[in-house]
Amino acid sequence: MRWKPPCAHSAAPVKVLIPSALRSYTERADAEASGDTLAEALADLDRHYPGIRFRMIDEQQRIRPHIRFFVDGVQARDLAQPLSAAGELVIVQALSGG
Amino acid sequence: MTSNIEDQAAGHHPTLLTVATRKGLWLYHGDPARKAWRADGPHFLGHIINHVVLDPRDGRTLLAAAKTGHLGPTIFRSTDLGQSWKEAAQPPAFATATDGQAGRAVDHTFWLTPGHADETDVWYAGTSPQGLFRSEDGGVTWTPFSCLNDDPVYRQWMGSVQDGTPDGPKLHSIIVDPRNAAHLYLAMSGGGVHESEDRGQTFKPLIQGLDVVEGFDRSDATFHDPHCMRLCAANPDRLYQQNHCGIYRLDRPSDTWQNIGKNMPDAVGSIGFPLVVHPRDADTAWVFPMDGTSVWPRTSPGGKPAVYVTRDGGGTWQRLDTGLPVSQAWWTVKRQAMAADNHDPVGLYFGTTSGELWMSRDEGRHWECIAQHLPEIYAVEAAVRA
Repeated sequence: MRWKPPCAHSAAPVKVLIPSALRSYTERADAEASGDTLAEALADLDRHYPGIRFRMIDEQQRIRPHIRFFVDGVQARDLAQPLSAAGELVIVQALSGG
Repeated sequence: MTSNIEDQAAGHHPTLLTVATRKGLWLYHGDPARKAWRADGPHFLGHIINHVVLDPRDGRTLLAAAKTGHLGPTIFRSTDLGQSWKEAAQPPAFATATDGQAGRAVDHTFWLTPGHADETDVWYAGTSPQGLFRSEDGGVTWTPFSCLNDDPVYRQWMGSVQDGTPDGPKLHSIIVDPRNAAHLYLAMSGGGVHESEDRGQTFKPLIQGLDVVEGFDRSDATFHDPHCMRLCAANPDRLYQQNHCGIYRLDRPSDTWQNIGKNMPDAVGSIGFPLVVHPRDADTAWVFPMDGTSVWPRTSPGGKPAVYVTRDGGGTWQRLDTGLPVSQAWWTVKRQAMAADNHDPVGLYFGTTSGELWMSRDEGRHWECIAQHLPEIYAVEAAVRA
């Protein structure tokens, strides 16, 4: 079943740093996303940049192997990770392969 | 006024090659004589492109199966021959698992097949891990065939990552019978060849007569590994297959494959990945043998690459290597990386693991290299544009 984004959130947006591999969607190095959790912020990001979420999160709602999220400097391993208002979300593409 | 076929035979139409590589996509535009080629690329530099197919129904829509080492898989679509691209709104993805079940995630789309000529917006996709997907809107949104993807028997035949090819098990060679949109074939590597006569609602194995690795049960689809299967446009009742254990031909309505690889020279053997059929002669097919001995080096046998052709349905095979390196060439050709156009004489094309693009404009008698230094080539498709 296709993942459906939840409704838009009204909390103060977090700043999202976008890795180079995903800038084809955002066309810039940073963006804003709203949400109380990492999952909500990614849903909001996908609303603004359709398709970007599936490149990071698979259809079983798992973080893809080479993607890392850091919330206010701490690695988030769970999509339920809470976000702080006006905080920072850094998306990192782990280096791998040749 | 000449017919379309006569025009093509006279060489009045340009040829388009799609060259999918480990690091991006290149398009090669050939002049009507197929002597001058213009490179257009890279597109999606750095993306792993597994397959790119031009829609023969409109002659301008391209679908590209893409992912990167870091990002999940997607499909890109162009409706202007690659001048611009737009990502699919809903790429192939398995059904979300129910509670307590381990769901699968598409690692990459491996194979793309346009639907029947009468179903102008239908496409099929095969993925790794193995899954079958269909689009009814030209490749914008895709839905899974849960009857196959989630069927417990098929899941067993598909195996796991440990059972598959080095970069994952693959569902490939999706074929739509040109006479009947409801009649489908597909191949699972591993898992065997399967057929549906009800538009994919149900499938059944089609593995009789095929060998498996010694010591395993040939009646069990799990142990079958078709590498590439083609249907003959000139006779849709005839299929050819390059298999892990040889080369085969099937003439329907028979269900029993005939071993035609046994007629290959012993020194070369009958192992390989690609197989191409003639667009107008069902007795003619080409293969590119590789070294499948010992640890499976997957190189040209002896470092001497050659195409082999049969012109009698597999009864005999002839070596075609004029123009190819005569020694110390250790590349090979992957299962999707060899193609034929429908000019007369037929043009043949293959891309190598070392990033060379080769072509023959006389059905394999003479070969020339038309591109070098590309990334490892995963797939080549040839289309004659109207």
